[in-house]
Amino acid sequence: MHTRALISFWALALSAGAVFSPAGAEGVLQPSPERRAALIHLVREDCGSCHGLTLKGGLGPALLPETLAGKEAASLESTVLHGRPGTPMPPWQAFLTEAEARWIVEQLQKGFPDEIR
Amino acid sequence: MKSASVLALLVLFLAGCASVQPRGTGDLGLVVERATGAVQVVETSGKTVLGEVEGLGDLSHASAVFSRDERYAYVFGRDGGLTKVDLLARRIDQRVIQAGNSIGGAISTDGRLVAAANYTPGGVKFFDAATLAQVAEIPAIGADGKPSKVVGLVDAPGNRFIFALFEAGEIWLVEMKDPAHPKVTKFPAGKEPYDAIVSPDSRWYIAGLFGEDGLAVLDLWHPEQGVKRVLKDYGQGGQKLPVFKMPHLEGWGFVGPYALLPAVGRHEVLVVDTEKWTLAGKILAAGQPVFVVGQPGSRRVWVNFAFPDNRTVQVIDAVEKRVVKTLHPGKAVLHLEFTPRGENAWVSARDSDKLVIYDTETFEVLKTLPSSSPSGIFFTPRAHRIGW
Repeated sequence: MHTRALISFWALALSAGAVFSPAGAEGVLQPSPERRAALIHLVREDCGSCHGLTLKGGLGPALLPETLAGKEAASLESTVLHGRPGTPMPPWQAFLTEAEARWIVEQLQKGFPDEIR
Repeated sequence: MKSASVLALLVLFLAGCASVQPRGTGDLGLVVERATGAVQVVETSGKTVLGEVEGLGDLSHASAVFSRDERYAYVFGRDGGLTKVDLLARRIDQRVIQAGNSIGGAISTDGRLVAAANYTPGGVKFFDAATLAQVAEIPAIGADGKPSKVVGLVDAPGNRFIFALFEAGEIWLVEMKDPAHPKVTKFPAGKEPYDAIVSPDSRWYIAGLFGEDGLAVLDLWHPEQGVKRVLKDYGQGGQKLPVFKMPHLEGWGFVGPYALLPAVGRHEVLVVDTEKWTLAGKILAAGQPVFVVGQPGSRRVWVNFAFPDNRTVQVIDAVEKRVVKTLHPGKAVLHLEFTPRGENAWVSARDSDKLVIYDTETFEVLKTLPSSSPSGIFFTPRAHRIGW
């Protein structure tokens, strides 16, 4: 699962737009299950190098539902895609589509899922 | 006669049960299994995993220092947990949750104090190395009156510790001869120091800056001269790239008069002349360097890289200033550690769930060991190195 998720991460990074199913419960495009696993891995492990594996924060702020409460989803998506100039937060748009950034923000606001290992 | 030998065998058997074979600890080490909150106890002579110790909490970005008898490891976890692990008994000896969010630590010259660097609440706490009872605390409030995250905490000779304040841009030198009365000297350092290192001769404390080009350098032989800023224009003319993982300065990238250090936001390793404090060269590498670690007994350094180039390790000859070997140990290479005399390099590949052990002369893979999402690798000889 672990290995497959990562391989599909690279494969799908190139054609990410094509692997979204039409609509999810919240009315946003939902990544495919394989892509979801890759995104969860990316957030937990690579975002986690600054925000912590449990997303309780580190050099970067905590990304828990309570710390994100009251923040605009659109502005959070923009931070994910374009980074935050003047801080260490880099832009992730080379690795994520807008829809994927939206899905990540939505999961963060709900409580981010754990990795399936 | 016959019954006597049976009796002798029985005695031997019982003695074998009652006592553990004595063993030294100089070839032991610890591997952080990031996702499961466990550490593996390993040995580098036979290159095997001796066992696992569980229950250490959130170990993302965990690091370790060792007691001077090389029996105990002090593991600093991201969740503020400080755990004293008995490497011989392979169990937790003591454990405290000492902060909300932690980044690393150090052990004093005399081995009696363990210091932990914290993000939340920002500061350094000091613990009795035997009991983990807290003995002192220094909150990291910068000259601007605001709390800062603490980075780059190392020990220095004379029971001193040095660390940097990320937001406040300061370096603090703390003398802990009397733990009840820490003596703190503060220096302005530059914008956003992200990590620091002490040179092998314990003379220089070098902090890398994230918020601007350059390094902040404190001469520990002449602390009264203050922190000087060097290499202020190392990136001039180049475009700084987004940084997907903060570089680290831990490890010795020191070869002769040169210090080899990661360039922030660039696919380069910087070669710094530590006599003149000038840039002696830049080496183009496969990605943004994270760790640049000197191979003991050689003129080489080994480098790993930030996402998305983290499948690669490169070996650089510091004299020829070029990459001499490119390796692909596995997916998401997070850390590497040399055996004390440099004949082997142990590399952790997080997303391949393995440790890869190289012969540093032939680059042959000698062995791979299974490990669950491994990150930091720490060998006990660190116990006797200043500033590790």
